[in-house]
Amino acid sequence: MSSKVALTGNEALAQAMRQINPDVVAAYPITPQTAMVQTFSQFVADGEVDTEYVTVESEHSAMSATVGASAAGARAMTATAANGLALMWEVLYIASGTRLPIVMPVVNRALSGPINIHCDHSDAMGARDSGWIQLYAENAQEAYDNAIQALRISEHKDVMLPTMVNLDGFITSHAVESLEILADSDVKEFIGEYKAEHHLLDSKNPIAVGPLDLQDFYFEHKMQQSIAMENSKEVILEVAKEYKELSGREYEFFEEYKLDDAEIGIVALNSTAGTAKGAVDNLREQGVKAGLLKIRVYRPFPGEEIAEVLKSLKAVAVLDRAESFSTNGGPVFGDIRSILYNIKADVEVVNYIYGLGGRDIKVGEIESVYRDLEEIIDSGNVKNRVSHLGVRE
Amino acid sequence: MKLKEAAKTKERLTGGHRLCSGCGAGTATNLIMRASKNPAVVGCATGCLEVSTTIYPFTAWEDSFIHNAFENVAATISGVEAAYRSLVKQGKMDEEFDFIAFGGDGGTYDIGFQSLSGAMERGHNMVYICYDNGAYMNTGIQRSSATPKGANTTTSPAGKVIPGKQQYKKELTDIMVAHNIPYVAQASLFKPQDLLRKAQKAFETKGPAFINVIATCPRGWRSRAEKGIELTKVAADTCAWPLFEVEEGKWKLNYKPKKKKPIEEWLRQQGRFKHLFKKGNEHLIEEIQEHTDQRWEYLLEMCEKD
Ligand SMILES: Cc1ncc(C[n+]2csc(CCOP(=O)(O)OP(=O)(O)O)c2C)c(N)n1
Ligand code: SF4
Ligand SMILES: [Mg+2]
Repeated sequence: MSSKVALTGNEALAQAMRQINPDVVAAYPITPQTAMVQTFSQFVADGEVDTEYVTVESEHSAMSATVGASAAGARAMTATAANGLALMWEVLYIASGTRLPIVMPVVNRALSGPINIHCDHSDAMGARDSGWIQLYAENAQEAYDNAIQALRISEHKDVMLPTMVNLDGFITSHAVESLEILADSDVKEFIGEYKAEHHLLDSKNPIAVGPLDLQDFYFEHKMQQSIAMENSKEVILEVAKEYKELSGREYEFFEEYKLDDAEIGIVALNSTAGTAKGAVDNLREQGVKAGLLKIRVYRPFPGEEIAEVLKSLKAVAVLDRAESFSTNGGPVFGDIRSILYNIKADVEVVNYIYGLGGRDIKVGEIESVYRDLEEIIDSGNVKNRVSHLGVRE
Repeated sequence: MKLKEAAKTKERLTGGHRLCSGCGAGTATNLIMRASKNPAVVGCATGCLEVSTTIYPFTAWEDSFIHNAFENVAATISGVEAAYRSLVKQGKMDEEFDFIAFGGDGGTYDIGFQSLSGAMERGHNMVYICYDNGAYMNTGIQRSSATPKGANTTTSPAGKVIPGKQQYKKELTDIMVAHNIPYVAQASLFKPQDLLRKAQKAFETKGPAFINVIATCPRGWRSRAEKGIELTKVAADTCAWPLFEVEEGKWKLNYKPKKKKPIEEWLRQQGRFKHLFKKGNEHLIEEIQEHTDQRWEYLLEMCEKD
């Protein structure tokens, strides 16, 4: 029996962690993730979980200890944000390269400097090529659902890759929402027991984890990792299907919102998708054929599938909540443009970098983006390929 | 355990690894592993010991082994040990294990210092072994905070104006004592029985134990490979590397030279100190002698007090 509850995003994720009942959690507090690990610490202190909670002295050690625990055959989790994720950077690659199925909520926050504690995606976007699966969520419900599914995806034998479960700092992590939490027993059954095929605590079959891998093997191992990422696509969909049977909630690589007959569309991640839905609704009332594509799975990037949907539009705006400083637009923009080029789609794609450091994005601003797209179609001409939305001159 | 018995135990760091001949790290590790009575999980920081013993698809380790990165072996073994405790608590594991982390001086005194301090403070049941060869040997003999004063390294070269490393080495063993962990020791290769005993003690300790062992490096020290063990005796006789242990806060000296030798004897046998013997550098050796004497006096005081 699932139950309807009012929780913040952080509390919802702490609940997911309680239900997952990992063998080990090694985590370090950082705003806006803090409430998640505090709440979870209380579950540990109250004996509600079997977890050994390792109160590490840094995020570098958080990820390092999580790697150690996972290599020892444990179900191991951590959680972080922004600078914490940046401090883990070296070990993120070791976790994925060692093929450890670690699940980590990341409460998206702007990277320093200057220091800022509010939402943007510069943290997760910086880690997009680290070999982690990346899931994004519009709200606390989705973040909770993604966390539970992430276990199954990561631990699948054809995948064995770590997953980041992203949610927007403050906007999702701190706002109270009404959401549905599954029954503990259902989660337990859904995720099952984790049995590592090889691990450090098997004294009859000792193994060497993380050996020096030179020119003669490293490339093959990276190839295997790449294939695993490819495999994860099918697994993500299978797990979503099973999860739907359990929860009634449907998940795919992305959500299409009023795209069927749309002529102009926006691509967005996380909570901004909710705001964009408001804009789409307003514009639809005015007869504008606007739609939205909300990316849930950003790594692996479901390029072909996204291209298939976007190709019928006339103009698309990609919203990036991160600067790449390439001077050619943000990270999501680069990916979207490139897949549309593959299929020679006749769609104009423009980019808006917005919301850095927690700058609010309002329905009106998103409507103005759709207006820009209309203008592009009318004039047949793109004035600004890349713009910064909502920044003072 | 007697040395003779130790020699009969199964080799757990096997031959065929690629450490240089005369490398103290291998000798120390081999002996320490013989003191472990349980299956072990060995962690190794990036460095000579790691790169030479696990080159894919080979391993010289009989036990489970994990290398994560340069600065995080203590955190990594913390995670392994936490996993073990969790599984025991859940009734999924009942076997005994030893958890061991090996780090060079670079991976321990410098870049891995925070990770080590955290792991010791949290009280994991693990043994941390620092094999101190006094520089970043794996990457070509760069100075570390364990490099002795005056040593010529590739990042503290003896030049026309600067005569090698400018700072005395960090007393890491004392810093570990300040963590109030149950067992801390400093050991050496010329006293294998003492090293074995300390390793055994460390494995038997409930909670964290730390051993700092001097590890000859003929390549970095510019010393003769066959003189390695002898050289560690000179280190003890000149008090450059004293042997002591601190158990539950009680200091104990484990080796008192019959006649304390001048520091020159230690410096002279190593090419890394050659420039100190040039005319005009006499004061440097005097300063090093003075520092060594003070350190020795301090140790005597700490050990006599207890
Ligand atoms: C984060 C990071 N910085 C630098 C290096 C390069 N590096 C690898 S081993 C090493 C030195 C190791 O020195 P030490 O710990 O004393 O071990 P030794 O090689 O002397 O056995 C360095 C600088 C690295 N691997 N990772
Ligand atoms: S360089 Fe020194 S520490 Fe490294 S393997 Fe050779 S002797 Fe040992
Ligand atoms: Mg060294």
